[in-house]
Amino acid sequence: MSDPDTRTLEATQATPLGLARRGFCGRVSAIMVGGDHLGVSASEIERRLLEFGIVEGASVQILHEGPVGRDPIAVRVNGTTIALRRREAMAIMVGDHDQAAKTAT
Amino acid sequence: MTAIEVNDWRIALVGTPNCGKTALFNALTGSRQKVANYAGVTVERKSGVLRTASGHRVDLIDLPGTYSLRGRSPDEDITRDVILGKLASESPPDFLLCVADATNLRVALRLVIELKRVHRPMLLVLNMIDIARRRGVDIDLDKLSAELGVPVVTSTAVRRGGIDDLLCRIDEIAGKPTGAIAESDWTTPAASDLRAAQREADRVIRAAISEPAKPDTWTTRVDAVLLHPVWGMVALLLLLFVMFQAVFAWAEPAMELISQGFDALGALSAAVLPDGLLQSFIQNGVISGVGSVIVFLPQILILFLFILLLEDLGYMARAAFLMDRIMGGAGLHGRAFIPLLSSFACAIPGIMATRVIDNKRDRLTTIMVAPLMTCSARIPVYTLIIAAFVPNQPVLGVLGLQGLVMFGLYALGIFSALAVSFVANRFFWRDSATPPFMLELPDYKLPQLRSVLMNLYQRAMAFLKRAGTTIFSMMVLIWFLASFPRPPEGATEPAIDFSLAAMIGRWIEPVLAPIGFNWQISVALIPGMAAREVAVASLGTVYAIEGGNEAAEQVGQMLAGQWSFATALAFLAWYVFAPQCASTLAVIKRETGGWRWVLTTFFYMLSMAYLAAFVTYRVALALGWG
Repeated sequence: MSDPDTRTLEATQATPLGLARRGFCGRVSAIMVGGDHLGVSASEIERRLLEFGIVEGASVQILHEGPVGRDPIAVRVNGTTIALRRREAMAIMVGDHDQAAKTAT
Repeated sequence: MTAIEVNDWRIALVGTPNCGKTALFNALTGSRQKVANYAGVTVERKSGVLRTASGHRVDLIDLPGTYSLRGRSPDEDITRDVILGKLASESPPDFLLCVADATNLRVALRLVIELKRVHRPMLLVLNMIDIARRRGVDIDLDKLSAELGVPVVTSTAVRRGGIDDLLCRIDEIAGKPTGAIAESDWTTPAASDLRAAQREADRVIRAAISEPAKPDTWTTRVDAVLLHPVWGMVALLLLLFVMFQAVFAWAEPAMELISQGFDALGALSAAVLPDGLLQSFIQNGVISGVGSVIVFLPQILILFLFILLLEDLGYMARAAFLMDRIMGGAGLHGRAFIPLLSSFACAIPGIMATRVIDNKRDRLTTIMVAPLMTCSARIPVYTLIIAAFVPNQPVLGVLGLQGLVMFGLYALGIFSALAVSFVANRFFWRDSATPPFMLELPDYKLPQLRSVLMNLYQRAMAFLKRAGTTIFSMMVLIWFLASFPRPPEGATEPAIDFSLAAMIGRWIEPVLAPIGFNWQISVALIPGMAAREVAVASLGTVYAIEGGNEAAEQVGQMLAGQWSFATALAFLAWYVFAPQCASTLAVIKRETGGWRWVLTTFFYMLSMAYLAAFVTYRVALALGWG
């Protein structure tokens, strides 16, 4: 979590992917796991997200939502499709595409 | 002597799930192994022998797919321990064959970068290169190799021709005198290490690969329907329903044929052999016993065909996606869907497949409820009782009542599995750690006909072998129990009344009488412990000997004449829950490492079976179906 490389984007400009709806397109600005999730440590969740290629700068798009409570979600991450629950997706902070384009340049 | 030169090379296949590693393994070794599209299907150690172009012998190990060497599940622990040479039983591999799906390189290259820290000779194989090229992905192999610092070769695992180049490269690299291999300096990566590795991988991709931004349009279009909140669920339910109707309807002609074949064989033996013990043994013990089990081969194969096709297509991960919340409500992990679906074929592969669930609690819950899924060994029992007692009348024009009852029994099994796991979660697990559900949804791929047929053939052989060994010996035992001791001279009652079977059955009967079971059922349940389907054959044998060698008569017709409708229903209810399979209990012991979960499973299932049969029987009696 205390990765020096982490881009510290202004929290106000980033929303959690866990709140986004189907069709959302954006770019990951930070991985910020709020805390231990029901027995699984925050650093474990962070590493699992990273292992699926969900890192700062990756482009994400919500392709599908689950049938019950719009959960889990299927997210396109740079060409791979990952299914995950909204609870974990809350840790993925995203900026919308325009914002991402600006920060990339 | 050239003993030093002919040392085998030990090569390990490593890669992320769904990268086609198992298909490559099959192409390289010709070994017959399961190829599937679901993340983490390779759960057992698979090894095979191959010869390189120069004739060198290679011992190839197929490791379970992993995203990292961190070891988050029993599967991934194995991968890590083999690669790092930590397993006492395994010497560390001389060489790592790293497999990556050329259409999906980001995550794979991060793993390659992590693997480099182990400091073993390595070769990166870009699998499914044909699909990548068709999608317009342009990979500069020399550049990729230079940027990564690892030699790279392309291959198409599903075509034999695609691997010759690979074999040459293995020779070239593994044949080089390596000198002293550096010690591994791999340590468990922290989040910052993973970030750095992913950035490095992304840098390499930018330098060596130009890919169009468009995803696989076919997968996207199919998913628009199959993952749709409404249509996706409709499709899943429809699929399950078609599966069960198919098991019932498509198998019929083949079953008819097998059944007629065994009848003819029985009649032949009756005609050829003289009346007496030998004839009774061959006709009732061997032919009708084994025949009444083999007749269900077509149904079992149809069920396995569905499961294999869905796995290879990549649909299984989608089913887990759709079912995650629904199963989560019952305290099951979305990943448990695959083991539970496999348990419809047989609880043994299902319980073994729970190794993909990394959380211990979720895994134990899944193992405990897996035997409640209606396995293929229950099909013979259900089919027989339904055919004998339920009229085959159409319902709503298209559906058969028999098929609906079958569907109802399956539904009852599923419902009770969910209920049991819900109760287990509420009352037995104090800490409520629910691990994250994260799963790759691989692109759809057309199943390889060859691999599906190979797997189906293996299933058929395994079933026939079981019929030839376990089931056969049980049949001999039940025939012996039902035939000895012989009745005294001049006895008027049926011979079986004097037999050991009758004594055992009558001894158990008081316990089972409240649920409507007579002594014939009681005795048939004993060999049913070895294999559920044997109970059918046992009933056949018991009644055939009782009725005086009329084995040609169908078991079903016989039962219809002997049992009340209430007893038949109670018997079905018993079979939904009864822990009647010694091999399942043995696998639970192996997978959980002790008797505790075996006994827990056995007693909770036994109590449910007794209770369900009791309630069913009493209600049926009250309705006047006695």
